[in-house]
Amino acid sequence: MKLLVIEDDREAAAYIAKGLSESGYVVDHAAEGRNGLFMASSGNYDALIVDRMLPGMDGLALIAALRAAEVRTPVLILSALGAVDDRVKGLRAGGDDYLVKPFAFRELLARIEALLRRGSGNTQTTRLKTGDLEMDLLTRGVTRAGQEIELLPREFRLLEFLMRHAGQVVTRTMLLENVWDYHFDPQTNVIDVHVSRLRQKIDKGFTKPLLHTVRGAGYCLRAD
Amino acid sequence: MNRLLRTNAFRLAALYLLLFVASVLALLAFIYFSTAGFIERQTEATIDAEITGLREEYGERGLSGLLDIIHTRSTAPAPHGDSTLYLVTDPALQPLAGNLSAWPRAEQIRPGWIRFPVEVRTRQGTVTSSAIASVFVLHDGFRLLVGRDLRDAEAFRSRITRTLAWAALLTVALGVGGGLFMTRHMLSRVEAVNRTSERIIRGDLSQRVPLSGSGDEFDQLAANLNAMLDQIERLMLGMRQVTDNIAHDLRTPLSRLRARLEVTLLERPDAQRYADALRETIAEADHLLGTFNALLSIAEAEAGSRRETMAVVDLAEIARSVAELYEPVADDKGLSLTVESDALIAVHGDRHLLSQAIANLLDNALKYTPAGKVALRAHRQGGTARIEVADSGPGVPADRREAVFDRFVRLEGSRSTPGNGLGLSLVRAVARLHGGDAWLEDNEPGLKAMFTLPVADSRIVPATRNAA
Repeated sequence: MKLLVIEDDREAAAYIAKGLSESGYVVDHAAEGRNGLFMASSGNYDALIVDRMLPGMDGLALIAALRAAEVRTPVLILSALGAVDDRVKGLRAGGDDYLVKPFAFRELLARIEALLRRGSGNTQTTRLKTGDLEMDLLTRGVTRAGQEIELLPREFRLLEFLMRHAGQVVTRTMLLENVWDYHFDPQTNVIDVHVSRLRQKIDKGFTKPLLHTVRGAGYCLRAD
Repeated sequence: MNRLLRTNAFRLAALYLLLFVASVLALLAFIYFSTAGFIERQTEATIDAEITGLREEYGERGLSGLLDIIHTRSTAPAPHGDSTLYLVTDPALQPLAGNLSAWPRAEQIRPGWIRFPVEVRTRQGTVTSSAIASVFVLHDGFRLLVGRDLRDAEAFRSRITRTLAWAALLTVALGVGGGLFMTRHMLSRVEAVNRTSERIIRGDLSQRVPLSGSGDEFDQLAANLNAMLDQIERLMLGMRQVTDNIAHDLRTPLSRLRARLEVTLLERPDAQRYADALRETIAEADHLLGTFNALLSIAEAEAGSRRETMAVVDLAEIARSVAELYEPVADDKGLSLTVESDALIAVHGDRHLLSQAIANLLDNALKYTPAGKVALRAHRQGGTARIEVADSGPGVPADRREAVFDRFVRLEGSRSTPGNGLGLSLVRAVARLHGGDAWLEDNEPGLKAMFTLPVADSRIVPATRNAA
């Protein structure tokens, strides 16, 4: 998997590139907007990590130019601007996800993984399956090993997100943003409580747990 | 003086003076022409009447009769010193009767009327003046001239001219003087504002513009400027307090973080201890970032920059949704969390900030209530929407209920509970951003935290939530 980091802060770029290389990605770096646009236009990358404020060319303008040129590579926007409307502007310009600086590296990693999967996965599924856990998106029925599982609407959405990202680490922030659409940090670990409730429903009574806690990062639904 | 010439006030006064003088001059000119002209017309009318009388005489008694009467009139002493001029000549212009010695060399002013110089004998001697006369040709080429000496008329005219000139001079003098006085007066008020502004620019924000007490527009301007300065000073003071608090509350964890790293380095190198220290440092950094973000949110709400992104939203739905997020937390703690809300409360607001404000109130209630119940209520009372979070916890002493809204203020007993002392500050900032307020009340027992905001026009239906 090949990634392009377009970031003008050399230290931050070096740290992102080092971390991503250690996680098994091949990373290129552009320190300036126009050069970044040129490299990204080649279409040789699986995902782009773009800083919002760049010399030469603004990050959002860069993404808009890429999209206008029909380059569909998924883009993660990095920005020090964290207000909700900044986020909306970024996504409207053609970004696929938005991460506010400073961020935990695990958060960046989890979001890139989600972006890469999104690029390849077929979006028109009506059924999701992880191990013996199955979800029918039309009837909204969930079964594990053929056994019916009753879920509240929010729990259903939480499980759906986890199943769509099965095998990937999903952070608490990602859950809060995607399942609840909240972009603030609730001081109490409310997400943990919701996840442990869901775990009670899908893992209790089964020998092999599906929903795992990844220390210092978040959660992962996998069937091994 | 040079400075005076450059001011707008002076230019205005000068322009006004110019207009004033022009209109006064126009008025004086009108007076002049109507009075002087009147006298001239009256003279002509007298001559006309005389000629009419003489022609009648001529018609009745012929030339000899006319010569008779003219002889009589021109030798008779003139009443009031008026001097009417008569002359009858034969066709060769030789005088036959009258008080003119010869036919005058005259200029014609209009048909039948002439103007000519005359020498008049008076008690003081002979004076030269001008006269106008009407000329009439009789039968057989004989001519009749009847005129009047214009000495009196001209004396009167020159008197009028003198009087009017003095009046004009006096008007201009008064205008210039008044204009200068008014300009100076206005300038002095503006100067007072300028002097105060300069002192403030130099750094003394306590300066205020003096008021004259007259309540005029200069006083209103000064009062508005002073009110603005008061507000700025209040904000500056608030900012200084925040800076002090930030310095204190961010410096403490930062120095703890630094000390931990330093101590770890001093000790014997050990991979496990290094890893632990780094993990703790990251946790501490995350906590610091959380505080920082909360401060930014408050600053953003207080600055009002989010107003542009506001829309009509359903506050009841927002409240229910936040309660749903916290419901399992309450359940885990063994607290009962109840939600009472109206079906729909349309407010003009920012969904994310309102969610966060309600979340902060619920978070507080759940954190500080060891056992019992927490109730979230969202109701509409007239034009006001009201969010209320009531708990059965230990409550907040009455004298501290205002203080806890200040940034970083935490009650003594709560220092051990995680939190940054910014939750309620944000609630209040959000409420005020929306045109409402936030406060605490006694729930007997427990605490009631609430905030209000005005409801939106009920005809507007809020957009439904488009979350995944």
